[in-house]
Amino acid sequence: MKILVPTKRVPDTDQKIVASDDGSRVNVEHIPFIINPFDAIALEEAVRIGEQRGDVEVVAVGIGGEGYEQPLRTALAMGAQRAVHVRCDESLDPWNVARLLQAVVLRETPQLVIMGKQAVDDDANQTGQFLAALLGWPQATFASRVVVEGDRLTVDRETDHGIETVRLPLPAVVTADLRLNEPRYASMAGIMKARKKPLDVIAVGDLPVAIEPRLRVISYRSAESRKRGERVKSVDELLDRLTQPGAALHKRG
Amino acid sequence: MKVLVIAEHDGKSLRAASLSCLTFAQQVAQATEGTVSWLVLGSQATGVAAEAAKFAPVLLVESSRLARPMADSCAAAIANVAKNHNVNLIAAASTSFSKDVLPRAAALLGGAMASDIVRHEVTAEGLLFDSPQYAGAVTATVQLLGSPQVVSVRSSAYPAATPAAAPFGIEAIAMEDATLASRCEFVELKTKQNSRPDVTEARIVVSGGRALRNSADFEGLVGKLADVMGGAAGSSRALVDAGIAPNELQVGQTGKIVAPELYVALGISGAVQHLAGMKNSRTIVAINSDPDAPIFDVADLGLVGDVYEVVPQLIERLQSR
Ligand SMILES: Cc1cc2nc3c(=O)[nH]c(=O)nc-3n(C[C@H](O)[C@H](O)[C@H](O)COP(=O)(O)OP(=O)(O)OC[C@H]3O[C@@H](n4cnc5c(N)ncnc54)[C@H](O)[C@@H]3O)c2cc1C
Repeated sequence: MKILVPTKRVPDTDQKIVASDDGSRVNVEHIPFIINPFDAIALEEAVRIGEQRGDVEVVAVGIGGEGYEQPLRTALAMGAQRAVHVRCDESLDPWNVARLLQAVVLRETPQLVIMGKQAVDDDANQTGQFLAALLGWPQATFASRVVVEGDRLTVDRETDHGIETVRLPLPAVVTADLRLNEPRYASMAGIMKARKKPLDVIAVGDLPVAIEPRLRVISYRSAESRKRGERVKSVDELLDRLTQPGAALHKRG
Repeated sequence: MKVLVIAEHDGKSLRAASLSCLTFAQQVAQATEGTVSWLVLGSQATGVAAEAAKFAPVLLVESSRLARPMADSCAAAIANVAKNHNVNLIAAASTSFSKDVLPRAAALLGGAMASDIVRHEVTAEGLLFDSPQYAGAVTATVQLLGSPQVVSVRSSAYPAATPAAAPFGIEAIAMEDATLASRCEFVELKTKQNSRPDVTEARIVVSGGRALRNSADFEGLVGKLADVMGGAAGSSRALVDAGIAPNELQVGQTGKIVAPELYVALGISGAVQHLAGMKNSRTIVAINSDPDAPIFDVADLGLVGDVYEVVPQLIERLQSR
């Protein structure tokens, strides 16, 4: 069985992120880049499925510029057998990422694609569902548990109304939610081994996809920060403030 | 523009979030001299359709295959209706249902989609949308290229629509079984019986964080305070991960986005991912034992203290009012 895991390189959003003064971009140069946390979870899940079954090849895919080699090496150190870097220097919207992934899936013919449910930079939550539709495959989004049995999957999904369990046939696309697992850190031995694992580079022009933008960003602006309020000293003072006329706990009528 | 709003429902009634999305759609239709209709998908959905028709005309697809809202069948139904009715814009409230279904429908329709929009603007060049990114640190103004355009709408950003004087019509649409077939089989939904309102629908939300040591304490402090305030109980990710609170209570970047009149954060540190879900609340109250906790940077009223001491006092004072 082959599992494909798309991994996006994103700025670490635990750092303070602001728009540039002219609004043309987001200032990220000074920020360390990481594998999108949801993709790291997807990768961990693929590696675990491999460890349980033994007959699994996990292939990590990255689409983007030069900086992508490093997260792909990390993916290899975490246990992927192979990595594919689709070299593309222009910035892509989720639609075109999904179309390029579709082309990679047609080349690699995996039975399963596991990817993060969203990337923490654009927070779009679209690419996995786009890819499933383009491939005509069933999807199980926001997974918190994945069980592979033969050519079927049983997936627990996190929904607004609780945990939904669904069953679906392979091939399929699964998108990972936070509680699916806790990704391992790459060990020193893993990092050493990763250096020898294959990392193929494909020029974006070598895939049969013409980029067709669907989402244009006109401008970015930093969120207004909330004004820091006051400290109250006691429960009584807090309640006084909350029950004043106009306040949320003021008794009407 | 011809705008189609996907009605989300539980088989019995419309979800409140869909009414906020309808307001967005009505505003766009008005500014572009267009029209709005609902799309109701379901197996026995005439009741929901009648409720929806109080607000706008309804297109209704009824089939036993839609008993559970599976992404592949719902997306196929949406794409089918959008094509046959020459729809220009498809909108749904940003919920776990639409996050699953809407991008799949968008992909069948050419891939022009914006997520989680909080504002729109009709310009000579077309529609512009504001969409939060980087856990809400940055807002991008975006334009979609291609038609139809598909958007998910944050319900906290638009008020609920109000019913019209007289109900609108309901048009039933027949669709072939093959279009609606799903390859996903529903097994079960584990939902915690909850007598309290959903965090996205409440006027007051009381949320607990890692300070709460177990489910009994969560119920006794967070749940109880929510009850005496007449609000919903919410949670940080930390408590959901620990199994202390159910996942549907999580507020934040990957949970639910709320903007109630009052948000009370009990023992929550204020990580950016949590703030992403609640920082547009009207009044924020934080109670935390650490005077330097970042939650105090966004709180209108902050009280430094131990939730195990402060919250019982709050409950008692409120009960004796
Ligand atoms: C990709 C990603 C997505 C995420 N999405 C979300 C999300 O949607 N929602 C979310 O909430 N988090 C999310 N997180 C997690 C987030 O980064 C924080 O880890 C989490 O919000 C912390 O929860 P907390 O504030 O309850 O716990 P902590 O950060 O541990 O804070 C506990 C707080 O309680 C205080 N405290 C302890 N004991 C007491 C006491 N007795 N009385 C009073 N105060 C006390 C402490 O001073 C501290 O400030 C996400 C993280 C990642 C990486």
